[in-house]
Amino acid sequence: MRSVSIIGVGLTKFGEHWETSFRELIAEAAGKAIADAKVEGKDVQAIFGGCMASGRLIGQEHIGALIADQLGMTPVPSTRLEAACASGGVALRAGIMAVASGTYDVVAVGGVEKMTEVSTEEAATALGGAGDQEWELFNGATFPALYALMARRHMLEYGTTEEQLAACAVKNHANAANNEYAQFHREITVEDVMDSGYIATPLKLLDCSPLTDGAATVILCSSDKAKKFCEAPVEIISSVQASDSLALSQRSTLTAMRATQEAAKLAYAQAKITPKDVDFAEVHDCFTIAEVLAIEDLGFFPKGKGGKAAQDGETALNAKVSINTSGGLKGKGHPVGATGVAQAVEATLQLQQRAGKRQVSNAELGLTHNVGGSGATCTIHVYKRL
Amino acid sequence: MVGIVGYGAYVPRMRVKVAEIARVWGKDGGRIGEGLGINEKAVASFDEDSCTFAVEASRTAVKCAGINPQEIGALFVGSESKPYAVKPTATMVAEALGATPNLTAADLEFACKAGTAGVQACMGMVSSGMIKYGLAVGSDTAQGRPNDALEYSAGGGGAALLIGKEKTIAEIDATYSFTTDTPDFWRRQHAEFPRHAGRFTAEPAYFKHVLSAAKGLFERTGTEPKDYDYAVFHQPNGKFPLRAAKTLGFEEKKIKQGLITPFIGNTYSAAAMIGLSSVLDVAKPGQKILVVSYGSGAGSDAFKLTVTNEIEKTGRRPCVPVLKAIEDKTYIDYSAYIKHRRKIKSL
Amino acid sequence: MKNATPLIWRNSADRYNLLGSHCATCGTDYFPERVVCPKCRRKGKIEPKQMPPEGKIYSFTQVHAAPTGFEHETPYYIAIIELANGVKVLTQLVDSPDEKIKIGATARMCFRRVFEEGDEGIIAYGFKFKVV
Repeated sequence: MRSVSIIGVGLTKFGEHWETSFRELIAEAAGKAIADAKVEGKDVQAIFGGCMASGRLIGQEHIGALIADQLGMTPVPSTRLEAACASGGVALRAGIMAVASGTYDVVAVGGVEKMTEVSTEEAATALGGAGDQEWELFNGATFPALYALMARRHMLEYGTTEEQLAACAVKNHANAANNEYAQFHREITVEDVMDSGYIATPLKLLDCSPLTDGAATVILCSSDKAKKFCEAPVEIISSVQASDSLALSQRSTLTAMRATQEAAKLAYAQAKITPKDVDFAEVHDCFTIAEVLAIEDLGFFPKGKGGKAAQDGETALNAKVSINTSGGLKGKGHPVGATGVAQAVEATLQLQQRAGKRQVSNAELGLTHNVGGSGATCTIHVYKRL
Repeated sequence: MVGIVGYGAYVPRMRVKVAEIARVWGKDGGRIGEGLGINEKAVASFDEDSCTFAVEASRTAVKCAGINPQEIGALFVGSESKPYAVKPTATMVAEALGATPNLTAADLEFACKAGTAGVQACMGMVSSGMIKYGLAVGSDTAQGRPNDALEYSAGGGGAALLIGKEKTIAEIDATYSFTTDTPDFWRRQHAEFPRHAGRFTAEPAYFKHVLSAAKGLFERTGTEPKDYDYAVFHQPNGKFPLRAAKTLGFEEKKIKQGLITPFIGNTYSAAAMIGLSSVLDVAKPGQKILVVSYGSGAGSDAFKLTVTNEIEKTGRRPCVPVLKAIEDKTYIDYSAYIKHRRKIKSL
Repeated sequence: MKNATPLIWRNSADRYNLLGSHCATCGTDYFPERVVCPKCRRKGKIEPKQMPPEGKIYSFTQVHAAPTGFEHETPYYIAIIELANGVKVLTQLVDSPDEKIKIGATARMCFRRVFEEGDEGIIAYGFKFKVV
């Protein structure tokens, strides 16, 4: 298999795009990435797009063709991939495999979601489809409820506190304040989180990532040709994916995500690194408890110590490991299908020293971690400068 | 002889006090409560209805009977508050009991006496040998219109009687019905709430039919009130059954065990059957019970029962007696009550 | 959800009575029912089995922001119950006072409305649990 690198990235502002349509978001992110990669549209041989719920959210399916059409790239093959909130991550992996296999030299990987064109209840219903529709959502279990069930167990088994969970949101808002693309530019305090009102106990409004419109694109190229287009390509040295039961109740534990643990093992082996080597990571913090689980399951902190690590500032910018420098899903926003690709954009910006005020000093090795549903899909990618 | 093989009652947990309803409408709750002989009523929660009550009561009845639900040959659910106008509750109850598919099932409607009409249908089918067991359920949720007199009394609950010939805990010695065309209470097709004819519901309706049915049964069986240890009458409020008992010559102590309406309100199709369940909770072998239901429109079914030795055997009575079960309650205010009963217009 | 009638109907026996599966090869119970035993796969022998109606609260949450169809029921409890046979079931907890809802508390199956397709559509009934 050939080595694959990112040669260009593009992102829309994340947030509420009342005046911009789904297709305009795609065009904006893709246009920026193509320009950033200094490729011509005709150089792109295939497109892979991650999108979770466009059918429920805007009534549009067949996103693959829509993307190619909007970018004026027909007749290149263009395919949508769906794995709930990990749609972006699996699209990225599909793109990587297509280049690694030698089928294509240059491909575009996009991710997009438009979530503000339905009511909050309808959005909750659409996102509920990421879990077990027949046995979870049907009983009234929302996504916050599923993660709340995990949080409650984590608090029981390890003594994690609501304040420790809140620390993740506080840190991610602080990072988002330095990210021009982020949905929120407002720093918050632990007290703000504690006072924000329960969504599903013990999770409060500010423990939850928001509903977001946005799109992200990366251009992938075989590493041997990458420098033809780009001065500082970012090599993807590991791309892995794992699955677990769709329904939360079927898992042997609620305090760890087996898909993350299994994917992490593979990813570290593939990249020939250990968790200690990772300088920064974009992890899937759809809820604060998800960030705690992620930093434990990825091996950055021992099981049960994630909450305390967050509270002690060990995950802040340039601390022990910089977690979610972009602001994460909480601060940057979470357009579900775009998130996995947007994480790759952040990894690229960090390794290319383009992250501005949130730049990780000496960023050599980055990791992105994208979760679908309540942990039924996980993708992990590891990056370094080519 | 045909009789009751198992019984079960279910009363929802929430209660609203008559005084609380009166408070909202600026009325004298003390006087209304005293007039009705009702202190509070049981209220179905948002996710309950006459079908869920019927299933809970039926599961208890089948469990106490200790039978294989596949042996139930007929299932009738009597109700005037069906979750569907068209689509039987009885099929859902049958499925939930594991009694499908080899049985006949139907919903019955005769205001508050459809449950006992089901008992009679089951008796006939069991006696004829057409079926081995029949299950008769009475189940209703409150349908009182806000600020109507009914709102103070209309409660919710369900009861189920499993009828068969073997291992009966109480034999049904005789039944007699008294039926006329008397429009004292009705609900027109598509109307949300029932209407009633005020004081007309008393003498020409409730009392005429209940007393005639009881007397008819006495005549048919050659019995009189002193032959009975307990009497249960349909109980639209706490006062009517006491007056009916007095008129017939029953002492009040024979009524008390089966008079549940003061604590849970009128449970319509379930009322007489919940009362009977409470009596069966304590009745001793050999004791005789009179049951007289009443349904507006109008008619009464009267039954003479004799308790058997089987009732004392382990597991033949529900784990929790009716009078104890209804102590497990939560009080709600009027606004929670109308939310749960979906009386707020947008619900 | 539109036109959920076949879905509601197909699972109704499972929802009414906690009907799941048992693998005769390895002895594992499953709820909801499965076609393939994940442990034995091709060697598995799946048969229907009713789950025990009682268990203990494994985790719980009180939901304040509901999805479509549950808006008027908030706040309501969602819990995972660990049944007597070890199988875990996600369910609503009803009729249980706040102070009784704790991890480890015993809960028993009851029969309730679970989901309604609007005012005129089908009503899905099934299990919920209450703390005993």
